Amino acid sequence: MDTFLHNAIHIALALTLPPLLLGVIAKTKALFAGRVGPPLLQAYYDLIKLVQKGSVFSPTTTWVFRAGPVVGLVTAAMAVLLIPLTNSSAPISFTGDLILLAYLLGLGRFFTASAALDTGSAFEGMGAAREVTFACLAEPAFFLGLLVLAKLSGSLQLAGMLGGALAPHWLTEGASLALVLLSWFVVLLVENARIPFDDPNTHLELTMIHEVMVLDHSGPALGMILYGAALKLFVFGALIVRLAFPLTTGAPWLDWPLFVAEMLAVAALIGVVESTMARLRLTHVPVLLVAACLLSAFGIILLVR
Amino acid sequence: MSEALILLGIVIAGASGFPGLLFGKWSITGQRITTLLAVLGAALGLGGIAVFWTTGDSQPIALPWSIPGAEFRVAVDGLGAIFLTPIFLISLLGNVYGLDYWKQTRHPQNGRKLRLFYGVLTAAMALVVMARNGILFLVGWEIMALAAFFLVTTEDDEEEVRTAGWIYLVATHLATLCLFALFALMRAVSGSFTLVPLQRELAPGTATAVFILALAGFGLKAGIMPLHVWLPSAHAIAPSHVSAIMSGVIIKMGIYGLVRITSLLPDPPAAWGGVVLGLGAVSGVLGVAFAIGQHDLKRLLAYHSIENIGIIVMGLGLALLGRSLGRADWIILGLGGALLHVWNHAVFKALLFLSAGSVIHAVHTRAIDHLGGLAKAMPWTSLSFLIGAVAICGLPPLNGFVSEFLIYLGLFGTLGDGPGGSVAGAALAAPALALIGGLALACFVKAYGAVFLGTARSESAQNAREVPPSMLASMSVLAACCFLIGLAPLLVVPLLGRGISDWAPNLGDAGPRLAVLAPLAWVTTMGLALIGALLLGGALLWLMLPKVLLVQRPTWGCAYAAPTPRMQYTSSSFAQQLVGLFAWALRPRTQQPRTLPLFPQKASFHSVAPDTVLDDAVLPLFRISAWVISKFRVFQRGSIQMYLLYMFVALIALLLWRR
Repeated sequence: MDTFLHNAIHIALALTLPPLLLGVIAKTKALFAGRVGPPLLQAYYDLIKLVQKGSVFSPTTTWVFRAGPVVGLVTAAMAVLLIPLTNSSAPISFTGDLILLAYLLGLGRFFTASAALDTGSAFEGMGAAREVTFACLAEPAFFLGLLVLAKLSGSLQLAGMLGGALAPHWLTEGASLALVLLSWFVVLLVENARIPFDDPNTHLELTMIHEVMVLDHSGPALGMILYGAALKLFVFGALIVRLAFPLTTGAPWLDWPLFVAEMLAVAALIGVVESTMARLRLTHVPVLLVAACLLSAFGIILLVR
Repeated sequence: MSEALILLGIVIAGASGFPGLLFGKWSITGQRITTLLAVLGAALGLGGIAVFWTTGDSQPIALPWSIPGAEFRVAVDGLGAIFLTPIFLISLLGNVYGLDYWKQTRHPQNGRKLRLFYGVLTAAMALVVMARNGILFLVGWEIMALAAFFLVTTEDDEEEVRTAGWIYLVATHLATLCLFALFALMRAVSGSFTLVPLQRELAPGTATAVFILALAGFGLKAGIMPLHVWLPSAHAIAPSHVSAIMSGVIIKMGIYGLVRITSLLPDPPAAWGGVVLGLGAVSGVLGVAFAIGQHDLKRLLAYHSIENIGIIVMGLGLALLGRSLGRADWIILGLGGALLHVWNHAVFKALLFLSAGSVIHAVHTRAIDHLGGLAKAMPWTSLSFLIGAVAICGLPPLNGFVSEFLIYLGLFGTLGDGPGGSVAGAALAAPALALIGGLALACFVKAYGAVFLGTARSESAQNAREVPPSMLASMSVLAACCFLIGLAPLLVVPLLGRGISDWAPNLGDAGPRLAVLAPLAWVTTMGLALIGALLLGGALLWLMLPKVLLVQRPTWGCAYAAPTPRMQYTSSSFAQQLVGLFAWALRPRTQQPRTLPLFPQKASFHSVAPDTVLDDAVLPLFRISAWVISKFRVFQRGSIQMYLLYMFVALIALLLWRR
């Protein structure tokens, strides 16, 4: 019963919290700019509105265009079930679940990018090309970080690699973990199309990545994309939280609110980064990503030296 | 029983092309008879394998042979059965596909030749896998190599085809030369040409020589980077069902050779495993990087074969490391992943080549940037290609994910602290595999998007029609295999287990241990859950889409009112950034217009990514060696009596030396 309740909270939280993260980011940015900003719950309002709207489809498109949002949302939702949120367990957990996590997100990317190409628009093709190009470099950085965690924990299960088991290692191998943390934060920013990689609010399609890729989607399909993106942000945010704050109190009524607070803190941090940095020139993006790979690689070298 | 059935299949498949020769150039009957025989032969072969797997019955057949040292000794074992299966399966499907793809009435000049050598090739490959005698192995190997040469040069009236065939012929004979030396060396150690595990410990020098010869000889056939130079153009210019069997099966014969020879040798030094693992990672990353730069659909797929061979070789390297350091789990996961990837690659690469063949059949071009928008006219071909693309990227819920999953688990395992300790260098292959996965995804989004999505970029692409059912049938069987292995990997675990046990006999039965090491039941659960959730999500979207407010408007071109197909993002533009990142290896050549005058004139932009290894290393090397060899021309007088004299002198010299 206890696990059932735990899993129920996990699923409920994972499905409802993500849009709030977007709100916190927007609010933080507004704070920095001296504006009031949109309400914290704006993303929820957007989702409700989009679901009720009509849709426009280009005659160029096929079923792939409609499959893109569905696959993107479903894979992100399944990925959420693999991440341990509090005291080291997730609804789905098995040896090698970390590989499934990475490849589920890959499947989502495959179809989102294909859907963009289905429109035949040069802008969307450009966005898709950038998305898959940068993901190529983010993937090794993510896996190098996983290697560090696998080496430290001796486990190949996310539940054993993150959270509680990690706490003592922060004292002994803190340098490695800090490097991974930094590298994964870069991965979070690029995977979720955040500044300095991509500016979701820019006005020029030529400079966008994620936003221009989903330019032709409308109505419920656009809602699915927005929600899927929020879920993906939640996945990476939770990874960062479990890596950076591995300690739990052991009492569920304290741990869950604590987790939510930590997630909101990560969202606020993203907001701070977005407010204080400018978007990188596109040609400089790979440089930063390779740097992220190298940071994690140094983490391994520190461990096995 | 199983050996007899497979041998019968080999004979029938090998002879299947001959009746066709009796019929005329324009006769469709000859083609039908040939195809029927080839299908029958392949089906018998598959039946024989099934008998072996169900009964475990294996009675090696040994017949004397008049050649000194040779013996007609054939047998089936767990390892052989794994490699035999794709030979017969892809041959069967390729033959069915060929019925409409290479119709005798449309190709009167070369149809009969193609089918003759298709059958001979199938038979020769099966013979290679069954052979238990070095000379028999080499005979089968050479027949296979030559049959493949005639298949590659099917359309030998074209210059491009002859060049590619020539490069292939040189490469394959270099490989055979290495194998001659390899088997001679092994005979010197063991005392006979029979392929049985070596009992004696090898001297370090001999062992290294055997390893290097095997790696060069079999690596040339498998297309391990940098020995891949023959592969891209040979795969590109051959008819597509030939490309399917070349990429799906022939290059696996190189892998088979490596696996078989390493199974015969005593436990190798750890450096071998490291070298093999490193070569695999290089092949994988550079193979896919070259693929991204290609503008030719089949050349792109060919470079992906190099990438996938790299993944297989990585698994084999891990297994070798496991044997050196006494780690059973690395052997089981590494070799299990490699062997499963041999199957998976055979299935999805054949599927992709057959789909590409259908595109060529309909549009008559391989240039990706002249295609586009085919998903509407050819929905089934498009779906087949999509399934193959998702599978080759290693994405769940299809088969590619399962084999990569096994290799990942093994690579992550090298970090642990069990016996043999931690081999951190080996673990670095895991991020390399992740990079390969990411690049493959980029490449196949590009290929699928540019060929099937958007709008047609040429008139012939606009007028494309779906291909006939016999071609679609072959493709759908392969697509079903992708789903079957992806969703029910536990079905193949016992078969893989037998192969692993044959490779490392002291492991005992590896099947149950593989099932324990890898949570394959979870793969099934998650795969089914994923498919269920996708269907649910699709239904949800369908329900949410208001039927009244559904509007059709042209793609939004940022307020540009009259977009044309030429304004779409091309495959070259899609790949441009990644090609730039790998420019140090690809060395792409571009020719771009200069925007000097005030009033711009008509200008054009070209970019090609040629094969760096072939153009910048192999060809210069061959030019130098040709110059050196030309000094020996004095011996080539072209007169028969001189050659007889050479032979006589050589024989006398040998007799004197043996004394």
